[in-house]
Amino acid sequence: MIEIEALIKRFGPVAAVAGIDLKVAKGEVLGFLGPNGAGKSTTMKMVTGFLAPTSGRVTVCGHDIETDTIAAQRTIGYLPEGAPAYGDMTPRQFLTFIGRVRGYSGPRLNDKLAAAIFNTDLEPVLDQPIDTLSKGFRRRVGLAQALLHDPPVLILDEPTDGLDPNQKHSVRRLIKAMAPEKAIVVSTHLLEEVEAICTRAVIIDRGRVVADGTPAQLLARSRHHNAVTLTLPARDADAIAAKLKALPSVAGVEQNENGDGTVRLTAFPKGGALPVEDVSRLAQTGNLKISELYAERGRLDEVFYAITTHDTARGRETSA
Amino acid sequence: MSQVWPIFRREFATYFATPLAYVFIVIFLFAMGAFTFYIGNFYANGVADLSVFFGYHPWLYLFLVPAIAMRLWAEERRTGTMELLLTLPVPLWATVVSKFLAAWAFTGIALALTFPIWLTVNYLGSPDNGVILASYIGSFLMAGGYLAIGAAISAMTSNQVIAFVVSVVVCFLFTVSGAPIVLDFFQGWAPLVLVNTVASFSFLTHFSAITAGVIDIRDVIYFFTLIALFLCVNIVVIDLKRVAR
Repeated sequence: MIEIEALIKRFGPVAAVAGIDLKVAKGEVLGFLGPNGAGKSTTMKMVTGFLAPTSGRVTVCGHDIETDTIAAQRTIGYLPEGAPAYGDMTPRQFLTFIGRVRGYSGPRLNDKLAAAIFNTDLEPVLDQPIDTLSKGFRRRVGLAQALLHDPPVLILDEPTDGLDPNQKHSVRRLIKAMAPEKAIVVSTHLLEEVEAICTRAVIIDRGRVVADGTPAQLLARSRHHNAVTLTLPARDADAIAAKLKALPSVAGVEQNENGDGTVRLTAFPKGGALPVEDVSRLAQTGNLKISELYAERGRLDEVFYAITTHDTARGRETSA
Repeated sequence: MSQVWPIFRREFATYFATPLAYVFIVIFLFAMGAFTFYIGNFYANGVADLSVFFGYHPWLYLFLVPAIAMRLWAEERRTGTMELLLTLPVPLWATVVSKFLAAWAFTGIALALTFPIWLTVNYLGSPDNGVILASYIGSFLMAGGYLAIGAAISAMTSNQVIAFVVSVVVCFLFTVSGAPIVLDFFQGWAPLVLVNTVASFSFLTHFSAITAGVIDIRDVIYFFTLIALFLCVNIVVIDLKRVAR
Protein backbone atom coordinates (compact mmCIF):
# COMPACT_ATOMS: atom_id res chain seq x y z
CA MET A 1 0.00 0.00 0.00
CA ILE A 2 3.01 2.21 0.51
CA GLU A 3 5.74 2.02 -2.09
CA ILE A 4 8.93 3.99 -1.69
CA GLU A 5 11.43 3.88 -4.53
CA ALA A 6 14.96 5.28 -4.42
CA LEU A 7 13.85 8.10 -2.18
CA ILE A 8 16.42 10.84 -1.66
CA LYS A 9 16.17 14.11 0.23
CA ARG A 10 19.04 16.55 0.42
CA PHE A 11 19.19 19.57 2.69
CA GLY A 12 21.99 21.53 1.08
CA PRO A 13 25.02 19.25 0.99
CA VAL A 14 23.57 16.81 3.53
CA ALA A 15 21.56 13.84 2.35
CA ALA A 16 19.02 13.32 5.13
CA VAL A 17 17.54 10.43 3.18
CA ALA A 18 20.08 8.80 0.90
CA GLY A 19 18.14 6.30 -1.18
CA ILE A 20 15.42 4.33 0.57
CA ASP A 21 13.37 1.57 -1.01
CA LEU A 22 10.51 0.12 0.97
CA LYS A 23 7.19 -1.55 0.39
CA VAL A 24 4.62 -1.80 3.11
CA ALA A 25 1.68 -4.13 2.58
CA LYS A 26 -1.74 -4.26 4.19
CA GLY A 27 -1.58 -6.03 7.52
CA GLU A 28 1.97 -4.98 8.20
CA VAL A 29 3.03 -2.89 11.16
CA LEU A 30 6.39 -1.58 10.21
CA GLY A 31 8.61 -0.34 13.02
CA PHE A 32 10.83 2.42 11.76
CA LEU A 33 13.97 2.58 13.89
CA GLY A 34 17.12 4.57 13.81
CA PRO A 35 19.23 7.02 15.78
CA ASN A 36 18.15 10.67 15.98
CA GLY A 37 18.80 12.35 12.67
CA ALA A 38 18.84 9.07 10.75
CA GLY A 39 16.10 10.29 8.42
CA LYS A 40 13.02 8.65 9.93
CA SER A 41 10.95 11.80 10.24
CA THR A 42 12.18 13.19 6.93
CA THR A 43 11.06 10.00 5.20
CA MET A 44 7.66 10.19 6.85
CA LYS A 45 7.33 13.84 5.85
CA MET A 46 7.93 12.86 2.23
CA VAL A 47 5.53 9.93 2.33
CA THR A 48 2.78 12.23 3.59
CA GLY A 49 3.56 14.97 1.09
CA PHE A 50 4.79 17.61 3.53
CA LEU A 51 8.27 17.62 1.99
CA ALA A 52 9.05 17.09 -1.66
CA PRO A 53 11.76 14.51 -2.34
CA THR A 54 14.95 15.54 -4.11
CA SER A 55 14.45 12.43 -6.21
CA GLY A 56 12.65 9.13 -6.01
CA ARG A 57 9.01 8.22 -5.86
CA VAL A 58 6.39 7.52 -3.24
CA THR A 59 3.02 6.00 -4.00
CA VAL A 60 0.34 5.49 -1.38
CA CYS A 61 -2.58 3.21 -2.29
CA GLY A 62 -1.61 3.63 -5.93
CA HIS A 63 -1.53 7.43 -5.85
CA ASP A 64 1.75 9.22 -6.46
CA ILE A 65 2.22 11.65 -3.58
CA GLU A 66 3.79 14.30 -5.81
CA THR A 67 1.46 14.19 -8.80
CA ASP A 68 -1.75 12.93 -7.19
CA THR A 69 -1.22 14.51 -3.79
CA ILE A 70 -4.78 15.03 -2.62
CA ALA A 71 -5.93 11.51 -3.48
CA ALA A 72 -2.89 10.06 -1.73
CA GLN A 73 -3.35 12.26 1.34
CA ARG A 74 -6.97 11.15 1.65
CA THR A 75 -5.79 7.61 2.30
CA ILE A 76 -3.25 8.62 4.96
CA GLY A 77 -3.65 9.24 8.65
CA TYR A 78 -0.57 11.05 9.86
CA LEU A 79 0.68 11.82 13.33
CA PRO A 80 3.56 14.28 12.79
CA GLU A 81 6.57 14.43 15.08
CA GLY A 82 5.65 16.03 18.38
CA ALA A 83 1.89 15.66 17.75
CA PRO A 84 1.25 19.29 16.75
CA ALA A 85 -2.25 20.65 17.28
CA TYR A 86 -3.91 24.04 17.54
CA GLY A 87 -3.39 24.77 21.23
CA ASP A 88 -6.20 27.28 21.60
CA MET A 89 -8.78 24.72 20.50
CA THR A 90 -10.28 21.97 22.62
CA PRO A 91 -9.90 18.38 21.40
CA ARG A 92 -13.57 18.41 20.41
CA GLN A 93 -13.16 21.56 18.31
CA PHE A 94 -9.89 20.37 16.85
CA LEU A 95 -11.20 16.95 15.84
CA THR A 96 -14.37 18.52 14.45
CA PHE A 97 -12.19 20.81 12.35
CA ILE A 98 -10.14 17.89 11.03
CA GLY A 99 -13.33 15.95 10.30
CA ARG A 100 -14.85 18.85 8.38
CA VAL A 101 -11.70 19.39 6.34
CA ARG A 102 -11.78 15.68 5.54
CA GLY A 103 -15.27 16.21 4.18
CA TYR A 104 -17.50 14.84 6.94
CA SER A 105 -20.57 16.58 8.28
CA GLY A 106 -23.72 15.88 10.26
CA PRO A 107 -24.26 12.41 11.74
CA ARG A 108 -21.32 10.88 9.85
CA LEU A 109 -18.99 13.43 11.37
CA ASN A 110 -20.41 12.65 14.81
CA ASP A 111 -19.89 8.91 14.27
CA LYS A 112 -16.29 9.44 13.21
CA LEU A 113 -15.64 11.74 16.15
CA ALA A 114 -17.19 9.33 18.63
CA ALA A 115 -15.10 6.42 17.33
CA ALA A 116 -11.84 8.37 17.40
CA ILE A 117 -12.54 9.74 20.87
CA PHE A 118 -13.47 6.30 22.18
CA ASN A 119 -10.37 4.66 20.71
CA THR A 120 -8.00 7.19 22.23
CA ASP A 121 -9.79 7.66 25.58
CA LEU A 122 -10.10 11.40 25.13
CA GLU A 123 -13.49 11.72 26.79
CA PRO A 124 -12.25 13.29 30.07
CA VAL A 125 -10.47 16.22 28.39
CA LEU A 126 -12.73 16.89 25.41
CA ASP A 127 -13.52 20.46 26.39
CA GLN A 128 -10.21 21.68 27.75
CA PRO A 129 -7.89 23.73 25.53
CA ILE A 130 -5.21 21.46 24.07
CA ASP A 131 -2.51 23.81 25.41
CA THR A 132 -3.50 22.89 28.95
CA LEU A 133 -3.36 19.12 28.41
CA SER A 134 -0.61 16.79 29.57
CA LYS A 135 1.86 15.43 27.08
CA GLY A 136 0.08 12.08 27.05
CA PHE A 137 -3.30 13.56 26.22
CA ARG A 138 -1.82 15.80 23.55
CA ARG A 139 -0.25 12.78 21.92
CA ARG A 140 -3.60 11.04 21.98
CA VAL A 141 -5.31 14.06 20.43
CA GLY A 142 -2.78 13.76 17.60
CA LEU A 143 -3.50 10.07 17.34
CA ALA A 144 -7.26 10.65 17.29
CA GLN A 145 -6.77 13.16 14.49
CA ALA A 146 -4.82 10.60 12.47
CA LEU A 147 -7.39 7.84 13.02
CA LEU A 148 -10.46 9.97 12.49
CA HIS A 149 -11.19 9.04 8.88
CA ASP A 150 -10.27 5.38 9.42
CA PRO A 151 -7.53 5.56 6.77
CA PRO A 152 -6.03 2.51 5.07
CA VAL A 153 -2.55 3.87 5.72
CA LEU A 154 -1.30 5.15 9.06
CA ILE A 155 1.98 7.00 9.47
CA LEU A 156 2.73 7.55 13.14
CA ASP A 157 5.84 9.42 14.20
CA GLU A 158 6.56 8.30 17.77
CA PRO A 159 2.96 7.61 18.77
CA THR A 160 3.76 6.53 22.34
CA ASP A 161 6.33 9.21 23.18
CA GLY A 162 5.39 10.83 26.47
CA LEU A 163 2.74 8.30 27.42
CA ASP A 164 2.79 6.46 30.73
CA PRO A 165 3.08 2.65 30.67
CA ASN A 166 -0.68 2.13 30.83
CA GLN A 167 -1.33 4.57 28.01
CA LYS A 168 1.46 3.00 25.98
CA HIS A 169 -0.19 -0.33 26.48
CA SER A 170 -3.58 0.93 25.31
CA VAL A 171 -2.12 2.65 22.24
CA ARG A 172 -0.24 -0.51 21.32
CA ARG A 173 -3.37 -2.56 21.76
CA LEU A 174 -5.20 -0.12 19.49
CA ILE A 175 -2.51 -0.32 16.81
CA LYS A 176 -2.52 -4.10 16.98
CA ALA A 177 -6.29 -4.21 16.69
CA MET A 178 -6.25 -2.03 13.58
CA ALA A 179 -3.29 -3.79 12.00
CA PRO A 180 -5.05 -6.45 9.88
CA GLU A 181 -6.98 -3.82 7.91
CA LYS A 182 -4.24 -1.26 7.41
CA ALA A 183 -0.66 -0.60 6.48
CA ILE A 184 0.94 1.04 9.49
CA VAL A 185 4.33 2.68 9.84
CA VAL A 186 5.42 3.52 13.36
CA SER A 187 8.65 5.31 14.15
CA THR A 188 9.99 4.80 17.62
CA HIS A 189 13.01 4.87 19.86
CA LEU A 190 11.53 2.21 22.06
CA LEU A 191 12.87 -1.15 21.06
CA GLU A 192 10.44 -3.02 23.26
CA GLU A 193 7.67 -1.40 21.22
CA VAL A 194 8.99 -3.07 18.10
CA GLU A 195 8.86 -6.46 19.78
CA ALA A 196 5.40 -5.70 21.14
CA ILE A 197 3.57 -4.53 18.03
CA CYS A 198 5.61 -4.69 14.85
CA THR A 199 5.45 -7.42 12.27
CA ARG A 200 8.51 -5.98 10.64
CA ALA A 201 11.38 -3.78 11.73
CA VAL A 202 13.41 -1.50 9.52
CA ILE A 203 16.48 0.19 10.92
CA ILE A 204 17.74 3.23 9.08
CA ASP A 205 20.97 5.05 9.65
CA ARG A 206 22.38 8.03 7.81
CA GLY A 207 19.45 7.97 5.44
CA ARG A 208 19.79 4.33 4.38
CA VAL A 209 18.07 1.10 5.32
CA VAL A 210 20.64 -0.93 7.24
CA ALA A 211 18.41 -3.74 8.44
CA ASP A 212 15.01 -5.01 7.39
CA GLY A 213 13.30 -8.07 8.83
CA THR A 214 10.87 -9.41 11.38
CA PRO A 215 11.74 -8.58 14.97
CA ALA A 216 12.71 -12.25 15.40
CA GLN A 217 15.12 -12.06 12.47
CA LEU A 218 16.70 -8.96 13.94
CA LEU A 219 16.97 -10.62 17.32
CA ALA A 220 18.77 -13.50 15.65
CA ARG A 221 21.52 -11.08 14.74
CA SER A 222 22.12 -10.34 18.39
CA ARG A 223 25.21 -11.77 20.07
CA HIS A 224 22.87 -12.84 22.86
CA HIS A 225 20.55 -14.77 20.56
CA ASN A 226 20.17 -18.23 22.15
CA ALA A 227 22.83 -17.40 24.72
CA VAL A 228 22.33 -18.99 28.14
CA THR A 229 22.77 -17.06 31.33
CA LEU A 230 23.17 -18.66 34.78
CA THR A 231 23.48 -17.11 38.19
CA LEU A 232 25.59 -18.97 40.75
CA PRO A 233 27.81 -18.37 43.80
CA ALA A 234 31.03 -16.52 43.01
CA ARG A 235 33.30 -19.23 44.39
CA ASP A 236 32.03 -21.79 41.83
CA ALA A 237 32.25 -19.37 38.93
CA ASP A 238 35.67 -20.14 37.47
CA ALA A 239 35.24 -23.89 37.60
CA ILE A 240 31.87 -23.81 35.94
CA ALA A 241 32.99 -21.28 33.37
CA ALA A 242 35.71 -23.69 32.33
CA LYS A 243 33.17 -26.53 32.04
CA LEU A 244 30.86 -24.36 29.98
CA LYS A 245 33.67 -23.43 27.64
CA ALA A 246 34.35 -27.08 27.06
CA LEU A 247 30.83 -27.70 25.75
CA PRO A 248 30.77 -28.16 21.95
CA SER A 249 27.86 -25.78 21.48
CA VAL A 250 29.45 -22.92 23.40
CA ALA A 251 31.75 -20.42 21.73
CA GLY A 252 32.65 -18.31 24.73
CA VAL A 253 31.68 -17.38 28.27
CA GLU A 254 31.30 -13.99 29.85
CA GLN A 255 31.43 -13.37 33.62
CA ASN A 256 29.64 -10.54 35.39
CA GLU A 257 29.72 -9.87 39.14
CA ASN A 258 26.30 -9.25 40.63
CA GLY A 259 27.73 -7.64 43.75
CA ASP A 260 25.88 -9.90 46.20
CA GLY A 261 28.36 -12.77 46.14
CA THR A 262 26.84 -14.25 43.02
CA VAL A 263 28.08 -14.20 39.47
CA ARG A 264 26.26 -14.26 36.16
CA LEU A 265 27.79 -16.46 33.50
CA THR A 266 26.64 -16.06 29.93
CA ALA A 267 27.47 -18.81 27.48
CA PHE A 268 27.38 -17.63 23.86
CA PRO A 269 26.40 -20.16 21.20
CA LYS A 270 28.80 -21.48 18.59
CA GLY A 271 27.38 -20.90 15.11
CA GLY A 272 23.68 -21.65 15.09
CA ALA A 273 23.88 -24.04 18.03
CA LEU A 274 21.42 -24.07 20.93
CA PRO A 275 23.51 -24.41 24.09
CA VAL A 276 20.56 -24.33 26.47
CA GLU A 277 20.15 -28.13 26.55
CA ASP A 278 23.85 -28.78 27.04
CA VAL A 279 24.05 -26.22 29.78
CA SER A 280 21.03 -27.46 31.66
CA ARG A 281 22.29 -31.05 31.40
CA LEU A 282 25.63 -29.89 32.79
CA ALA A 283 23.81 -28.15 35.60
CA GLN A 284 21.87 -31.30 36.52
CA THR A 285 24.64 -33.87 36.21
CA GLY A 286 27.22 -31.63 37.87
CA ASN A 287 24.80 -30.96 40.73
CA LEU A 288 25.61 -27.27 40.52
CA LYS A 289 24.19 -24.66 42.87
CA ILE A 290 22.46 -22.50 40.31
CA SER A 291 19.89 -19.96 41.37
CA GLU A 292 18.86 -18.95 37.85
CA LEU A 293 19.18 -20.33 34.34
CA TYR A 294 17.59 -18.91 31.20
CA ALA A 295 18.07 -18.79 27.46
CA GLU A 296 17.98 -15.38 25.83
CA ARG A 297 16.04 -14.51 22.67
CA GLY A 298 18.50 -11.81 21.81
CA ARG A 299 18.70 -8.15 22.59
CA LEU A 300 17.33 -5.66 20.09
CA ASP A 301 19.25 -2.76 21.61
CA GLU A 302 22.45 -4.68 20.99
CA VAL A 303 21.55 -5.25 17.34
CA PHE A 304 20.53 -1.63 17.00
CA TYR A 305 23.79 -0.46 18.55
CA ALA A 306 25.94 -2.81 16.49
CA ILE A 307 24.28 -1.86 13.21
CA THR A 308 24.02 1.86 13.64
CA THR A 309 27.35 2.65 15.32
CA HIS A 310 29.20 0.43 12.90
CA ASP A 311 27.70 2.29 10.00
CA THR A 312 28.34 5.69 11.51
CA ALA A 313 32.01 4.86 11.95
CA ARG A 314 32.28 3.59 8.40
CA GLY A 315 30.54 6.69 7.10
CA ARG A 316 33.05 8.85 8.89
CA GLU A 317 35.97 6.97 7.37
CA THR A 318 34.72 7.34 3.83
CA SER A 319 33.88 11.01 4.23
CA ALA A 320 37.27 11.81 5.77
CA MET B 1 -13.26 24.09 -2.62
CA SER B 2 -15.45 22.60 0.10
CA GLN B 3 -12.46 22.70 2.44
CA VAL B 4 -12.18 26.50 2.29
CA TRP B 5 -15.04 26.95 4.72
CA PRO B 6 -13.76 24.78 7.63
CA ILE B 7 -10.28 26.28 7.42
CA PHE B 8 -11.70 29.78 7.19
CA ARG B 9 -13.92 29.10 10.18
CA ARG B 10 -11.14 27.69 12.32
CA GLU B 11 -8.82 30.53 11.44
CA PHE B 12 -11.45 33.16 12.08
CA ALA B 13 -12.45 31.62 15.42
CA THR B 14 -8.80 31.60 16.51
CA TYR B 15 -8.76 35.40 16.58
CA PHE B 16 -11.54 35.42 19.12
CA ALA B 17 -10.30 32.41 21.10
CA THR B 18 -7.25 34.42 22.12
CA PRO B 19 -7.03 38.02 23.38
CA LEU B 20 -5.55 38.94 19.98
CA ALA B 21 -8.85 40.03 18.45
CA TYR B 22 -9.90 42.19 21.38
CA VAL B 23 -6.50 43.80 21.83
CA PHE B 24 -6.27 44.50 18.13
CA ILE B 25 -9.75 45.93 17.82
CA VAL B 26 -9.36 48.16 20.87
CA ILE B 27 -6.01 49.52 19.69
CA PHE B 28 -7.29 49.93 16.15
CA LEU B 29 -10.32 51.91 17.25
CA PHE B 30 -8.35 53.92 19.78
CA ALA B 31 -5.67 54.82 17.23
CA MET B 32 -8.27 55.71 14.62
CA GLY B 33 -9.95 58.01 17.10
CA ALA B 34 -6.75 59.58 18.31
CA PHE B 35 -5.50 60.30 14.83
CA THR B 36 -8.80 61.63 13.59
CA PHE B 37 -9.74 63.83 16.54
CA TYR B 38 -6.42 65.03 17.93
CA ILE B 39 -3.92 64.98 15.11
CA GLY B 40 -6.44 65.43 12.33
CA ASN B 41 -8.43 68.12 14.19
CA PHE B 42 -11.69 66.60 13.07
CA TYR B 43 -13.85 69.16 14.88
CA ALA B 44 -11.78 72.24 14.13
CA ASN B 45 -11.95 71.48 10.40
CA GLY B 46 -15.64 72.18 10.57
CA VAL B 47 -16.30 70.00 7.54
CA ALA B 48 -18.84 67.21 7.69
CA ASP B 49 -16.87 64.50 5.92
CA LEU B 50 -14.53 61.69 6.89
CA SER B 51 -11.59 62.50 4.64
CA VAL B 52 -9.40 63.18 7.69
CA PHE B 53 -10.37 59.83 9.16
CA PHE B 54 -9.70 57.88 5.97
CA GLY B 55 -6.51 59.82 5.32
CA TYR B 56 -4.89 58.10 8.26
CA HIS B 57 -5.93 54.58 7.27
CA PRO B 58 -2.88 53.75 5.13
CA TRP B 59 -0.55 54.76 7.95
CA LEU B 60 -2.41 52.84 10.60
CA TYR B 61 -2.67 49.77 8.41
CA LEU B 62 1.02 49.99 7.78
CA PHE B 63 1.65 48.83 11.35
CA LEU B 64 -1.54 47.13 12.39
CA VAL B 65 -2.13 44.86 9.42
CA PRO B 66 1.37 43.31 9.48
CA ALA B 67 0.66 42.63 13.17
CA ILE B 68 -2.26 40.47 12.10
CA ALA B 69 -0.52 38.92 9.14
CA MET B 70 2.73 38.03 10.89
CA ARG B 71 1.26 35.06 12.70
CA LEU B 72 -0.62 33.61 9.72
CA TRP B 73 2.11 31.21 8.63
CA ALA B 74 5.04 31.92 10.94
CA GLU B 75 3.14 30.55 13.90
CA GLU B 76 2.02 27.43 12.04
CA ARG B 77 5.60 26.80 11.10
CA ARG B 78 6.89 27.35 14.62
CA THR B 79 4.34 25.14 16.37
CA GLY B 80 4.50 22.42 13.73
CA THR B 81 0.80 22.64 12.84
CA MET B 82 1.97 23.57 9.34
CA GLU B 83 2.82 19.92 8.87
CA LEU B 84 -0.64 18.92 9.97
CA LEU B 85 -2.35 21.49 7.78
CA LEU B 86 -0.35 20.73 4.65
CA THR B 87 -0.78 16.97 4.91
CA LEU B 88 -4.56 17.26 5.01
CA PRO B 89 -6.16 16.51 1.64
CA VAL B 90 -6.63 20.16 0.71
CA PRO B 91 -5.08 21.92 -2.29
CA LEU B 92 -2.47 24.41 -1.17
CA TRP B 93 -4.20 27.33 -2.87
CA ALA B 94 -7.38 26.62 -0.90
CA THR B 95 -5.47 26.68 2.38
CA VAL B 96 -3.74 29.92 1.45
CA VAL B 97 -6.97 31.58 0.31
CA SER B 98 -8.92 30.43 3.38
CA LYS B 99 -6.37 31.78 5.80
CA PHE B 100 -6.17 35.06 3.93
CA LEU B 101 -9.94 35.45 3.77
CA ALA B 102 -10.27 34.79 7.50
CA ALA B 103 -7.71 37.49 8.30
CA TRP B 104 -9.35 39.85 5.82
CA ALA B 105 -12.77 39.27 7.32
CA PHE B 106 -11.30 40.02 10.72
CA THR B 107 -9.86 43.36 9.59
CA GLY B 108 -13.24 44.01 7.98
CA ILE B 109 -14.89 43.64 11.37
CA ALA B 110 -12.39 45.99 12.98
CA LEU B 111 -13.06 48.50 10.21
CA ALA B 112 -16.82 48.12 10.52
CA LEU B 113 -16.57 48.84 14.24
CA THR B 114 -15.49 52.39 13.40
CA PHE B 115 -19.14 53.07 12.53
CA PRO B 116 -19.67 55.48 15.48
CA ILE B 117 -17.58 58.03 13.65
CA TRP B 118 -19.94 57.74 10.72
CA LEU B 119 -22.89 58.26 13.07
CA THR B 120 -21.09 61.26 14.58
CA VAL B 121 -20.49 62.95 11.29
CA ASN B 122 -24.07 62.36 10.25
CA TYR B 123 -25.27 63.84 13.53
CA LEU B 124 -23.09 66.92 13.12
CA GLY B 125 -23.89 67.64 9.53
CA SER B 126 -24.96 66.09 6.29
CA PRO B 127 -21.97 64.40 4.68
CA ASP B 128 -21.98 62.66 1.32
CA ASN B 129 -22.65 59.13 2.48
CA GLY B 130 -21.86 57.78 -0.98
CA VAL B 131 -18.31 59.06 -0.63
CA ILE B 132 -18.07 57.55 2.83
CA LEU B 133 -19.26 54.16 1.60
CA ALA B 134 -16.78 54.29 -1.27
CA SER B 135 -14.04 55.18 1.17
CA TYR B 136 -14.91 52.26 3.42
CA ILE B 137 -14.79 49.91 0.44
CA GLY B 138 -11.47 51.41 -0.61
CA SER B 139 -10.10 51.10 2.89
CA PHE B 140 -11.16 47.45 3.07
CA LEU B 141 -9.53 46.70 -0.28
CA MET B 142 -6.36 48.43 0.85
CA ALA B 143 -6.33 46.41 4.07
CA GLY B 144 -6.56 43.28 1.89
CA GLY B 145 -3.53 44.46 -0.05
CA TYR B 146 -1.46 44.98 3.08
CA LEU B 147 -2.66 41.66 4.42
CA ALA B 148 -1.71 39.72 1.29
CA ILE B 149 1.78 41.19 1.43
CA GLY B 150 2.10 40.39 5.12
CA ALA B 151 0.80 36.84 4.65
CA ALA B 152 3.30 36.09 1.90
CA ILE B 153 6.15 37.38 4.04
CA SER B 154 4.91 35.44 7.05
CA ALA B 155 5.19 32.26 4.97
CA MET B 156 8.90 32.86 4.54
CA THR B 157 9.88 32.59 8.19
CA SER B 158 8.99 30.93 11.47
CA ASN B 159 9.90 34.10 13.32
CA GLN B 160 6.98 36.44 13.81
CA VAL B 161 9.15 39.44 14.65
CA ILE B 162 11.04 39.12 11.38
CA ALA B 163 7.75 38.66 9.55
CA PHE B 164 6.40 41.83 11.15
CA VAL B 165 9.42 44.03 10.48
CA VAL B 166 9.90 42.92 6.88
CA SER B 167 6.18 43.29 6.20
CA VAL B 168 6.15 46.82 7.55
CA VAL B 169 9.08 47.76 5.32
CA VAL B 170 7.54 46.22 2.20
CA CYS B 171 4.15 47.71 2.97
CA PHE B 172 5.81 51.06 3.53
CA LEU B 173 7.39 50.92 0.08
CA PHE B 174 4.03 50.10 -1.45
CA THR B 175 2.41 52.91 0.45
CA VAL B 176 4.85 55.68 -0.38
CA SER B 177 5.84 54.71 -3.89
CA GLY B 178 3.53 57.49 -5.11
CA ALA B 179 4.83 60.05 -2.64
CA PRO B 180 7.59 62.60 -3.39
CA ILE B 181 10.02 60.77 -1.08
CA VAL B 182 10.23 57.97 -3.62
CA LEU B 183 9.34 59.75 -6.83
CA ASP B 184 11.99 62.44 -6.32
CA PHE B 185 14.52 59.68 -6.31
CA PHE B 186 13.45 58.61 -9.80
CA GLN B 187 12.55 61.97 -11.23
CA GLY B 188 15.18 63.69 -13.34
CA TRP B 189 16.95 60.62 -14.59
CA ALA B 190 14.40 57.87 -15.04
CA PRO B 191 12.04 57.87 -18.03
CA LEU B 192 8.57 59.15 -17.29
CA VAL B 193 7.12 55.71 -17.93
CA LEU B 194 9.15 54.29 -15.06
CA VAL B 195 8.20 57.13 -12.75
CA ASN B 196 4.55 56.63 -13.59
CA THR B 197 4.84 52.89 -13.14
CA VAL B 198 6.38 53.30 -9.70
CA ALA B 199 3.73 55.81 -8.78
CA SER B 200 1.00 53.49 -9.99
CA PHE B 201 2.12 50.86 -7.48
CA SER B 202 1.25 53.14 -4.64
CA PHE B 203 -1.58 52.32 -2.31
CA LEU B 204 -1.96 56.03 -1.67
CA THR B 205 -2.57 56.88 -5.31
CA HIS B 206 -5.35 54.32 -5.66
CA PHE B 207 -6.80 54.78 -2.21
CA SER B 208 -7.06 58.56 -2.48
CA ALA B 209 -8.73 58.14 -5.85
CA ILE B 210 -11.40 56.02 -4.20
CA THR B 211 -11.80 58.28 -1.15
CA ALA B 212 -12.48 61.14 -3.55
CA GLY B 213 -15.76 59.35 -4.03
CA VAL B 214 -15.19 57.65 -7.35
CA ILE B 215 -14.86 53.91 -7.37
CA ASP B 216 -12.91 53.57 -10.58
CA ILE B 217 -12.81 49.98 -11.74
CA ARG B 218 -9.07 50.37 -12.36
CA ASP B 219 -8.42 51.12 -8.70
CA VAL B 220 -10.48 48.11 -7.68
CA ILE B 221 -8.65 45.96 -10.19
CA TYR B 222 -5.35 47.27 -8.84
CA PHE B 223 -6.10 46.07 -5.32
CA PHE B 224 -7.50 42.72 -6.43
CA THR B 225 -4.53 42.14 -8.71
CA LEU B 226 -2.16 43.00 -5.91
CA ILE B 227 -3.93 40.62 -3.54
CA ALA B 228 -3.95 37.84 -6.14
CA LEU B 229 -0.29 38.44 -6.91
CA PHE B 230 0.79 38.18 -3.29
CA LEU B 231 -1.41 35.15 -2.66
CA CYS B 232 0.43 33.51 -5.56
CA VAL B 233 3.73 34.54 -3.98
CA ASN B 234 2.44 33.02 -0.76
CA ILE B 235 1.70 29.70 -2.50
CA VAL B 236 5.03 29.68 -4.29
CA VAL B 237 6.94 30.42 -1.07
CA ILE B 238 5.29 27.53 0.74
CA ASP B 239 5.86 25.23 -2.19
CA LEU B 240 9.52 26.21 -2.42
CA LYS B 241 9.94 25.49 1.27
CA ARG B 242 8.62 21.98 0.61
CA VAL B 243 11.31 21.42 -1.96
CA ALA B 244 14.27 23.14 -0.37
CA ARG B 245 15.46 23.54 3.19
